[in-house]
Amino acid sequence: MTQDAQEAVGDYRYGFHDPESSTIRFDKGLSEQVVRDISELKNEPEWMTEIRVKAYNHFVEREMPTWGNCDSLEGINFENITYFLRSSDKTEKDWDDVPEDIKRTFDRLGIPDAEQKWLGGVTAQYESEAVYHSIREDLEEQGVIFLDMDTGLKEYPELVKKYFGTVIPHSDNKFSALNTAVWSGGSFIYVPKGIHVEMPVQAYFRINAKNMGQFERTLIIADEGSSLHYVEGCTAPTYSTDSLHSAVVELIAMEGAKIRYSTVQNWSANVYNLVTKRGVAHKNATVEWVDGNIGSKLTMKYPSVLLKGEGAHAEIISVAYAGTGQHQDAGAKVHHLAPNTTSNILSKSISKGGGRSSYRGMLQVTPKANGCRSKVVCDALMLDEESRSDTYPTMEIGNSTADLEHEASVSKVSGDQLFYLMSRGHSEEEAMGLIVNGFFEPFTRELPMEYAVELNRLLELEMEGSIG
Amino acid sequence: MGEMMSDELLRVENLHVSVEGTPILNGLNLTINRGEIHAIMGRNGAGKSTLANVVMGHPAYEITKGTIFYKGVNIEEMEVFQRARDGMFLSFQYPASIPGVQVGTFLRKSVASVRGEAPAPREFRKELKVAMERLSMDRSFLSRYVNQGFSGGEKKRLEILQLLLLQPDLALLDETDSGLDIDALRIVAEGINSVAQNTGCLVITHYQRLLDLVKPDVVHVLLDGKIVQSGGPELALKLEDEGYDWVEALV
Repeated sequence: MTQDAQEAVGDYRYGFHDPESSTIRFDKGLSEQVVRDISELKNEPEWMTEIRVKAYNHFVEREMPTWGNCDSLEGINFENITYFLRSSDKTEKDWDDVPEDIKRTFDRLGIPDAEQKWLGGVTAQYESEAVYHSIREDLEEQGVIFLDMDTGLKEYPELVKKYFGTVIPHSDNKFSALNTAVWSGGSFIYVPKGIHVEMPVQAYFRINAKNMGQFERTLIIADEGSSLHYVEGCTAPTYSTDSLHSAVVELIAMEGAKIRYSTVQNWSANVYNLVTKRGVAHKNATVEWVDGNIGSKLTMKYPSVLLKGEGAHAEIISVAYAGTGQHQDAGAKVHHLAPNTTSNILSKSISKGGGRSSYRGMLQVTPKANGCRSKVVCDALMLDEESRSDTYPTMEIGNSTADLEHEASVSKVSGDQLFYLMSRGHSEEEAMGLIVNGFFEPFTRELPMEYAVELNRLLELEMEGSIG
Repeated sequence: MGEMMSDELLRVENLHVSVEGTPILNGLNLTINRGEIHAIMGRNGAGKSTLANVVMGHPAYEITKGTIFYKGVNIEEMEVFQRARDGMFLSFQYPASIPGVQVGTFLRKSVASVRGEAPAPREFRKELKVAMERLSMDRSFLSRYVNQGFSGGEKKRLEILQLLLLQPDLALLDETDSGLDIDALRIVAEGINSVAQNTGCLVITHYQRLLDLVKPDVVHVLLDGKIVQSGGPELALKLEDEGYDWVEALV
């Protein structure tokens, strides 16, 4: 990392980058031809090409969002982004076959190690495509499909065609249109009826090149009575110019199924992270988003659940940490479309060093959805005077039988807490670290232990050298 | 080094302290040696808690005059956590709660900070078990969040548990007896007595009942920010019987 970059990011320890090497790299900028070229390169069926082109046209026409952080969004130069970069010709099943420099990156991120210890499967995406992919044999034998999205489309075109874009249509928003036009990589998962995948499967997304756009597309289908825990992590090098990460994630939980999707987003502070995530929960199904946003320049992401079947349940736990120069515009959306559906939303944010965090929430109960229950809790912790925290909750309640609770709080670290911890031998930074970890604990305890430890360490690092 | 030098731990000389411009302590003098238990008694507002807090280094208390020596060193510039690492301990009257931080984690980290190295997990578990049994504390304490939703008595037990684990040189115990029933008081007193031999203790209290169980070497009466009377354990008994009016008459 250069000196400048180091200064810009402080202790961001994933800010290293490898020499950029590519087998195919598109020129910067976007056009219909670029979209068609991506599709052709991937040998896609005609219908997918058509979806892409349609989405591209919508992207061009669609206005930028008029909310969130408009000034920051204006800073995106769509012409200065590389939309497709292939860094390896194949997706390997053995780490030893992954190109050496790329393998080294994932070694440094600890992925192969985690895979051996506690994961049921791993996909590692580098720039536009997966460079490594593997699933435990026993899962494969049970009929679990876990592939990168490109391979998923090749091997299961009918399944993809049936569900792709059904939860998040390309016209949902400008960035879902962009993703649909230029998507590459991501995960495709199908869990057969009644199968419980006990070990989490993980995807790791790494941007290495400058001015890169990463547009992974994930589609997870959990068939009746099945369950899955999917974990994703992401990092990028620190550059003085911006990169764009714009993913679309669609989850489908059939009757009685359960999907948990956990994210620890730790992009470097030059990445725009504009992601659309939405799940559908059918009868008695559960969709859970466990969503942590620590990095990025601007994140706009509101994991959503459509409670479509009676008795379905949504659980959204999210945390956001906004440090200097960061804006985390995050939140949650739940739509109660069927009777007796329930939801819990817990959002916790920390702002520090002039950072800004916003909670943007939507809770909808439709007229025919009798007997719904929902609880929303938003807590913000401010670590200094110059930081900022806002809450934008929206409620559309069309049914008077709904039982709703909403709590919100904004707090500061108290002098009493600091004095107490310091009287036990903790420096001010260490005391802050403890308080911050404690504040995020309702989130961290939901993560696999390895992630929780890593997240706590990250937050402690964020507190270091920051107190005047 | 400690063996060679005098066993003086704390020497407070002519201490004047203000909080937000209001004078609280007005020329307080006090010396505590290792192995001694000093009780400080006095009415509410006399400055008892201020003394404990200013010795520990609370930033809201301003020393306007006088000096605090700890182990022979003027500690005015010493940060709170450095005092703790150098063997000073304050048992809080109202300890802060730290939501989301489990007692077990907090204790392990605090012991690591004060000792300068992380304790070996196995040894530490053993140490913890012995200390908690001594205080009749259930293991389930360890997974609760620090002081959150604790009763007054539970808070005090957690303070004394830290006292046992941290084995300080100087222990400042700020109304550790308040809010305790007789059984809890006895347990807490036993805890204090178990460390008292190698520690200098400053016991702040309103009541004789703790001093029946933790025998002070010296009892001081604090009035208007000054020690106006010092004596043996009999002084505490006299205060219990007669109140503070006679002390006021002395000034």
